[in-house]
Amino acid sequence: MQTEVVTTNSEDAAPGNGLDRENYINAKHGIWSWLLTTDHKRIAILYLITITLMFFLGGAFAAGVRLELMTPKGDLVDSDAYNKLFTMHGIVMVFFFLIPSIPAVLGNFLIPIMIGAKDLAFPKINLLSWYIYMAGAAFFMVATLFGGVETGWTFYTPYSTAFSHTNVILAAVGIFISGFSSILTGLNFIVTIHKMRAPGLTWFRMPLFVWAHYATSLIQILGTPVVAVTILMVAVERLLKLGLFDPALGGDPILFQHLFWFYSHPAVYIMILPGMGVMSELITAFTRKRVFGYEFIAISSLAIAVVGFLVWGHHMFVSGQSTYAGMVFSALSFLVAIPSAVKVFNWSATLYKGSVSWESPMMYAIGFIGLFTIGGLTGLFLAAMGLDIHMHDTYFVVAHFHYIMVGGAIFAYLGGIHFWWPKITGRMYPEYWARVAAVLVFAGFNLTFFPQFVVGYLGMPRRYHAYPDEFQVLNVMSTAGASLLGIAYLIPMLYLTWSLFAGKKAPANPWGAKGLEWTIQSPPTTFNFEHQPVVTEEAYAYAEGHDTTHDPAAPPAQAHA
Amino acid sequence: MSSTHHPAFVHHFENLGEQKEAATFGMWVFIAQEILFFGGLFGAYAVYRNLHPDAFYYGSHHLNIPLGAFNTAVLICSSLTMALGVHAAALGKRTQIVGWLLATVFLGSVFLGIKVVEYKEKFDHHLVPGTSFDASQLHMESIEDPALLAKSQKAAQIYYSLYFAMTGLHALHMIIGIPIILWIAARAWLGQFGPEYHSPVEITGLYWHFVDIVWIFLFPLLYLIPKPH
Repeated sequence: MQTEVVTTNSEDAAPGNGLDRENYINAKHGIWSWLLTTDHKRIAILYLITITLMFFLGGAFAAGVRLELMTPKGDLVDSDAYNKLFTMHGIVMVFFFLIPSIPAVLGNFLIPIMIGAKDLAFPKINLLSWYIYMAGAAFFMVATLFGGVETGWTFYTPYSTAFSHTNVILAAVGIFISGFSSILTGLNFIVTIHKMRAPGLTWFRMPLFVWAHYATSLIQILGTPVVAVTILMVAVERLLKLGLFDPALGGDPILFQHLFWFYSHPAVYIMILPGMGVMSELITAFTRKRVFGYEFIAISSLAIAVVGFLVWGHHMFVSGQSTYAGMVFSALSFLVAIPSAVKVFNWSATLYKGSVSWESPMMYAIGFIGLFTIGGLTGLFLAAMGLDIHMHDTYFVVAHFHYIMVGGAIFAYLGGIHFWWPKITGRMYPEYWARVAAVLVFAGFNLTFFPQFVVGYLGMPRRYHAYPDEFQVLNVMSTAGASLLGIAYLIPMLYLTWSLFAGKKAPANPWGAKGLEWTIQSPPTTFNFEHQPVVTEEAYAYAEGHDTTHDPAAPPAQAHA
Repeated sequence: MSSTHHPAFVHHFENLGEQKEAATFGMWVFIAQEILFFGGLFGAYAVYRNLHPDAFYYGSHHLNIPLGAFNTAVLICSSLTMALGVHAAALGKRTQIVGWLLATVFLGSVFLGIKVVEYKEKFDHHLVPGTSFDASQLHMESIEDPALLAKSQKAAQIYYSLYFAMTGLHALHMIIGIPIILWIAARAWLGQFGPEYHSPVEITGLYWHFVDIVWIFLFPLLYLIPKPH
């Protein structure tokens, strides 16, 4: 078998743009060549299209919520409709957008390439996981069309089992099914990373994106089945009148909360860890520098995954859980701050004396560092038992987790989509518009959610469609920000779609970045590599020269519209 | 014949050995997932048995221990026949693989048949949770404290909910496993397995052993509950 040594100056060997040659997009034609594909890159595209649709559906529900909250009175929708709006927003965004977002799109596309493999270990199971996701989404859509569900995305019992008159069973079955999509994706990643790394690619030479996805996959494998069986218990209890959580029979609603949060807190790390993986790639590429403390970032991903499994009780400080359990969960929750801070400090240290450039993916990355820090630090407020009793179920909590899930996960997702767009499509997007959109997303996001910290601290509870008059100014600010954010999300949709047809053709390595994915043509061929690559150096082996200028051999692409 | 020219070789692997390692490791990861899937129910069991020890004791007394014990033996034997099937596959003995796999399917079906008999008993005795549940069948009168008696009579429904949920989920795993074994047996009959390539037989065996082990835990936890002090 022929082998090809990847040299430090991988640009020299870069095969350039592949749109006019055979690549994974033009290798086969017709709708069935997509719907029955086992190519991890094509499956990533299927996920990209479907989760984008779900993202805008979830956004539409959020728009309903924000419009209602423009005025103190509940005048746009009644309380039942409002309950449905925030429930559906939460379910769509958590289960059908955020959890699959980075792993199923970028992870699917990049992990085999980054480790020098031709595909994931189980390509058919990869396709199956997309169909399972679609089946879950279909159940949820039926539940939506028949009137929705209003239990909150948390499905707390006994409300969800005994009192709600909405489509709890259909929605629960949809979430149950989509969970197995997540499990199978995680299984595929774990086996692929263990068994299919290229010769020379030792564990501590892997890109940090791969480490982050390995940690994510562990949570998907060990957490998702628990919420699956719990949601199944809720559905079965409603359907067959079993008494699993029924307080009238001596059942324990707190047990449901334990089982639910055992997964659903680690699920937060399913959403943020892949984003942290994207961050490590972006920061190194746009500082042209080795990452600071590689091993610490790699191990901190595993530490977040492990410790993240031990903190779920901080959602239940006021649920009747014992005080001593609360104290232990509080202390453990503070511990998660350590590996999270390790990452933030190491990214910041990587910036120090790096050749920082401000392409649009880097703008999202810098935004991530600031917003994730705010989201993380306000998480410490909520991990403190005494303070949490004041802030529990207020907009402070809403603002906190949106700083993680939007300011963190979605910023990383958008940054990653921009960064790898040339690789995925073979086209450059218009950099000017990308920067405009990045600034607007940042401004719109902060205007939406920063006022919610304030209004929550002042005592406005979440999940109500009406509120006292004195909260109106802050709520109008939030709705104005949400409008800006909504427009800002549409801009990338337009220029990315435009770039597919008219964007400048991308070279193999438009950013002068390191990593196996930049050594192959854009877009890649079906089997990614012509020859089996051999890795001879650590990740992010940028030429260290303390020079503050870019390597002239690899100028960053500037494709203006 | 080089391992990369075997008809079962999938080209995105380096060689047949790597392919086999990936398949086996994949099944172990899947089993890890399964443990957590059942784990939710085992967790609920632990909490409720701790909350309602009397309900669990009286509830379990109405299960059919001889049938449950017989089924345990049947399932352990099916693990043996499965293991012998995997062994035969490693040796490439076509008729033996098919024979042992069919024996496994037979024993699995016996288990499910007996489970149907046991479920029917519960229906006949009104011990299925819901409006027709009749706690008087459980003869709890020896509980002297009237408050504890009332509480335990209600909580008995939780015990039976868990009984049906746990044994039902376990039976569902067997119902999924049996057609898979039949499919593997058909492939064995066509001569697809030999010393070089038999990982489908092996990982199906892993799955079947896992399902057996779940029952090894379910039997004592559900059937053999001692009287609480």
